[in-house]
Amino acid sequence: MTDTQTELVKIGTVNERTLADRERELPPPHRREVVFGVSDLAVAYGTNVALKNVSLDVYRNFVTAFIGPSGCGKSTFIRCFNRMNDLIPAASVKGTILYHGQDLYGSEVDPVEVRKRIGMVFQKPNPFPKSIYENVAFGPRVLDMKGNMDELVEQALQQAALWDEVKDRLKGSALSLSGGQQQRLCIARCLAVEPDVILMDEPASALDPISTTAIEDLMHELKKNYTIVIVTHNMQQAARVADMTAFFSVEVAEQGKDRTGVLIEYDTTPKIFTKPSDQRTEDYVTGRFG
Amino acid sequence: MSANAGLGGAVLGSRSRGERVRGGAFRALLLFSITIGFVLLGTLLFDVLRKGLPYVDGILLTEPPSASPDRAGARPAILGTIYLMGLLLLMTVPLGVGTAIYLEEYANRERWYNRVLEVNIQNLSAVPSIVYGILGLAFLVRGLGLGRVLLAGAMILTLLVLPTVIVAGREAIRAVPDSIRQGAYALGATKWQVVWRQVLPAAIPGIATGSILALARAVGETAPLLLVGALTYVATDPSILGSFTALPVQIFQWIARPQDEFRLLAAGAIIVLLAILLVMNSFAIWLRYRYQKRW
Repeated sequence: MTDTQTELVKIGTVNERTLADRERELPPPHRREVVFGVSDLAVAYGTNVALKNVSLDVYRNFVTAFIGPSGCGKSTFIRCFNRMNDLIPAASVKGTILYHGQDLYGSEVDPVEVRKRIGMVFQKPNPFPKSIYENVAFGPRVLDMKGNMDELVEQALQQAALWDEVKDRLKGSALSLSGGQQQRLCIARCLAVEPDVILMDEPASALDPISTTAIEDLMHELKKNYTIVIVTHNMQQAARVADMTAFFSVEVAEQGKDRTGVLIEYDTTPKIFTKPSDQRTEDYVTGRFG
Repeated sequence: MSANAGLGGAVLGSRSRGERVRGGAFRALLLFSITIGFVLLGTLLFDVLRKGLPYVDGILLTEPPSASPDRAGARPAILGTIYLMGLLLLMTVPLGVGTAIYLEEYANRERWYNRVLEVNIQNLSAVPSIVYGILGLAFLVRGLGLGRVLLAGAMILTLLVLPTVIVAGREAIRAVPDSIRQGAYALGATKWQVVWRQVLPAAIPGIATGSILALARAVGETAPLLLVGALTYVATDPSILGSFTALPVQIFQWIARPQDEFRLLAAGAIIVLLAILLVMNSFAIWLRYRYQKRW
């Protein structure tokens, strides 16, 4: 079989047997370590409530996926974990997110410190308009990290499975890379600051299927050392990469046009995709809605 | 099939006559507009070059002005213009870029004072240059007691071009995609690091181009310089805190003379001024192409 055929097979439908196998591989609930404890979270932009009543736990070394139709607040939610919503003046966050037991939104917490530990990869690859090397080195430089920069850069690129493709042109512009390579560069850039958690906001939605597979394979590799949270609109992707999946949906207020995202169901990925407990989840994952 | 039949089968037929005439007329109108501009500019340039070129020589470039046209040169004026440009660059760029960064990256648009600031900057770029000259005379020359010196001239030109530099700087900063800022913030960079290490370097080509074009405008200014005391006759090389003249002022003075030779000399000086402007604008264009960014 050629490479392309292999890729296509991988991208094909995830069958229930593999999901069941994956269920058994997960550590039992009492052995899961909570990284984020979210309780009763609500986010509003001005008077418009984008997300409310969200409570869930994110576990260490798990890939946790947020799925749901557009406008369900999943991207808004993931941006709460590294306080990116702070950059939007009108945004306000209520409720609590505990990060290893510490309140992420506590008054003594500096958002810059939060972002050093909780990295983020965006929907559209956003390399800096600099060389490949400088892209990876930027984080360690601003954080004043000690150590050999060349080694740090190589290590990060190795981890992001990009090293072999770019080792001969580290000084070349990052913008000359393909979309998939750019996204892996953004992952490398994020890994270079040695974060604890990696947030990925639809990391593969702007990429072709081959690059998507590369990113998904990477996630399987990375979860050994990192905790990964991913937002995706692609259910197959969630089924392929996630250990836990949260399904969000939209509630439309009766009188107004206000659309608010709510968490419908959060469980292990096999449960969500094969035995969901909520009808709305079942409708969504079987393709009857959204 | 039925639709084709309705058109008599001529689906790919030509446009109607009226449509073609309108299109042609519009094209002719556009051509006419550009011709007017080109012809006027061409005539002016040709006239200046024909009259002035024989006078652009060692004497014009290296000799001070004199009562005799044979020995008169524009050396103090050329040096004055170069000094003015240097001082202008030193004062305008930090002030202009600083203001632009504040307005784009730090200012909260909700606050009334930031909005007042914005509207005022836009208005200031429309104020006639002579008004700046009067301000310079009243505030710098008399009020601060600087006297009629080169520094006062440079300061007033700074005020004159500052709004243009600020607007150019803001546009360059705004053109840096937000994804770059977000990417930097997400790595744990502080606001200062994001602005200084990512936004500013990415905006520099735009800022440089805008600043040079603004500077080029200032080089040709005469009115405010006359008011803050650029002298029409300066025989010695200028100094920052001494009396001064500049090329446009020198040209103005020579043209006002009754003797024909001085007018031809003025044409020569105009060529020198045009050459300086041409070099500056070419540099701006080169910068723009050299550092053009594809995001």
